[in-house]
Amino acid sequence: MTRGAVRAPLPLVLSAGLVVALLLLPLAYLVVRVAGSGRALEILGEVSTWRLVLNTVLLAAGVVLSSVLVAVPLAWLVTRTDLPARRLWATAGALPLVIPSYVAAFCLLGFFGERGLLSDALGIERLPEVRGYWGSLIALTLATYPYVFLLTQTALRSLDPSLDEAARGLGISGGRAFWRVTAPALRPAVGLGALLVALYTFSDFGVVSLMDYDTLTRSIYVQYKSLFDRAPAATLALLLVALTAGVLVLEYRARQRGRLYRTGPGTQRPQPLVALGRWAAPAIGFCAMVVGLFLVLPAGVLGYWLARGLVNERDFAMPWGETFNSLGASALAGAVAVLAALPIAVLALRHPSPSSRLLERLSYAGNALPGLVIALSLVFFAARYASVVYQTLALLVFAYVVRFFPQALAGVESALERVSPRYEEAARSLGRGPVQTFSRVTVPLVRTGVLAGAALVFLSAMKELPATLLLRPIGFETLATEIWKLTQVGAYSQAAVPALILILSSAPVLYLISSAHRFESGTPG
Amino acid sequence: MRHAVGLAVVFIAFVAAGCGGGSDETLTVYSGREEELVAPLFEMFTDETGIDVEVRYGDSAELAATIAEEGENSPADVFWAQDPGSLGAVEDELGALSDGILGMVPERFRDADGRWIGTSGRSRVIVYNTEELSEDEVPDSVFDLTDPEWKGRIGIAPTNASFQAFVTAMRLAEGDDATRQWLLDLRENDVKEYEKNTPVVEAAAVGEIDLGLVNHYYLYLVQEEQPEAPIANHFLEAGDPGALVSVAGAGVLESAGDGSNAERFIEFLLSPEGQRFYVEDAEEAEYPLVEGIEARPGLPPLDSLEGPSVDLTSFGPEHEATIELLRETGYLT
Repeated sequence: MTRGAVRAPLPLVLSAGLVVALLLLPLAYLVVRVAGSGRALEILGEVSTWRLVLNTVLLAAGVVLSSVLVAVPLAWLVTRTDLPARRLWATAGALPLVIPSYVAAFCLLGFFGERGLLSDALGIERLPEVRGYWGSLIALTLATYPYVFLLTQTALRSLDPSLDEAARGLGISGGRAFWRVTAPALRPAVGLGALLVALYTFSDFGVVSLMDYDTLTRSIYVQYKSLFDRAPAATLALLLVALTAGVLVLEYRARQRGRLYRTGPGTQRPQPLVALGRWAAPAIGFCAMVVGLFLVLPAGVLGYWLARGLVNERDFAMPWGETFNSLGASALAGAVAVLAALPIAVLALRHPSPSSRLLERLSYAGNALPGLVIALSLVFFAARYASVVYQTLALLVFAYVVRFFPQALAGVESALERVSPRYEEAARSLGRGPVQTFSRVTVPLVRTGVLAGAALVFLSAMKELPATLLLRPIGFETLATEIWKLTQVGAYSQAAVPALILILSSAPVLYLISSAHRFESGTPG
Repeated sequence: MRHAVGLAVVFIAFVAAGCGGGSDETLTVYSGREEELVAPLFEMFTDETGIDVEVRYGDSAELAATIAEEGENSPADVFWAQDPGSLGAVEDELGALSDGILGMVPERFRDADGRWIGTSGRSRVIVYNTEELSEDEVPDSVFDLTDPEWKGRIGIAPTNASFQAFVTAMRLAEGDDATRQWLLDLRENDVKEYEKNTPVVEAAAVGEIDLGLVNHYYLYLVQEEQPEAPIANHFLEAGDPGALVSVAGAGVLESAGDGSNAERFIEFLLSPEGQRFYVEDAEEAEYPLVEGIEARPGLPPLDSLEGPSVDLTSFGPEHEATIELLRETGYLT
């Protein structure tokens, strides 16, 4: 009996279908809303609309390029060369991952900006401004290059050295061998990283607002705030979705072309390290520059402000309530997301069919929906048709779940994939019902992966800004909205405390995820 | 398993806290006025009446659009806005205020149909850097600002409702063509744009700009933080659009039901205590509107200020056209 022949039980299909329908609700309502406004064509015909698209694309292109330029050399240095203190650089290079992009932005502004720390220290009134396009580029590179860095590192580690050796054996020099063999092999990892970076940039709202650079997200928010007419904001939001979906399609196409697998039997040999020789000093300089700008600078700025706050005490207040709200809402989002992901993952992996695959694909819609877009659609929808959940925590958590569902699903699926259906079949043959089998056999086996999925959603929800701003219930402040509020009035130094709590509270979760990952992949931690 | 139960309990406690039932005696206010400015007034009201207030803060236009969107479902009882335009935009959702309340404030500071009423007054001014300029060097009319002399030296906050109200006033007083030309000329003159009023004043304080178009009271807010800042207000000549005297105001939503608590709140804002707040307690210094309560010492008396002759009631219907003009001239995207 093949696995595909097992018919999916109806409750499973129904619950998976319901989850997907709910996930698609924000997008569907946005389409209805824009179509109903009758102004979409007029707005799409305006030059200013396309200037925003151009600005958005230019920023994404710039951030992708700079992230790759930072991350790939760094990854190569820490994995393939005899760089001194390689492990230290590797850790420090990945750490900016815990700094939310808008925190990075206000640290940069507080350091380089007018009346910033640097101009105070140097006693100079005016410095070249780190704002607008370049300011956004730096802040977003900080927030995104770690993704490319981690993916490239993994790819470099799994490269088969025999390819490189074969190339050299054919008389190709070391440098050319890199471009002919190593670089193409890295392409999928770097490509995936670039995709993540582009998606991140498209959906970013905090950085471009703080840095004063007009992109689609910023304009959507400004129009939402300053116009009585909501048609322009809704139309631009749909345009942003189209742009995001376009990038997803491009990446998907690119991935279809050529892959490199290790074909030979046996285990892979460890790779020989490249001796840097006289290039060691510039290499260290490069690493120090990256770590200095992207980790030491923001950490230093936050630390300095914290210290100053502690000394003065005037501006110092612990945001206990905000911390509690952030933790609670994010934990709820994590729990709900993995619960909702379970039926879809089970359906896709245990009962594969064209329709279950379609449901699974559709549930990845959150990837193409920036937080601001989801929030906007839900504000519209709930105000008119769902006043029960309007301005409640439930709606906020729902927005988080839609936005970060793909992370939960990936976690649950990868865990479920590793559990052989034979265990479940054994339980069934011993007389257990499907529900009991699931709860007594499957759930305990996938627990770690499911927890990792929930933790990823938790982490992302903690940092989420625009959806929280638009959907939080009255009086419900989170760390993210507190930071936003303070930076809006220029109180950067007071924003240091909530920012540090946000960073520190995500660190243990990140550690848990990475140790769960190590546990599951069987490498010693 | 015990962990799971514990977690579930925490969740439920959290959800309960998040939904926050509260007592029946609550009032929901949508406040377009900033939290840092008006939060003490809400506390004073609760202390006095025992009525709990839930406040949703946001930009006035955003909240107006939200109210329009919510319609019947709106949880708001009172809309307290930064400008007459936002109030006018939702006048269909507002119920008529009682005559007792309307009589507390001079006619020019309330809606002709009695749906909203001014709660505090403010004048548009030019804030300037006193190290760069003496007061007689500061222009007396906004129309002088398009002179090349001021190239790159002026700051505005075009997404802010107060600036938009000023543009509406200019349109009503001088016509659309003159206003369009002025906006374009100002842009030619490399005007600097800020998110809000406070950053404009702060920019003037550090000499990033020399002149800023703002409401008069933001000066006091910045001086509270930086008492030594070299900034001052210049009131413009009578009749100039840049001398607009406008109000923040409030109305009661029709969806509020009987609305007695809502009216009580507006009465409180207009009571001697609520009005003296602007004179004595607030970091800023708006004008009280109720007769017999003097403005903060140092401010020119409200009666002495004369803006363009425009009717605040028409700001609501005119708002969309103002936004359109600001988009057309590149100030809003």
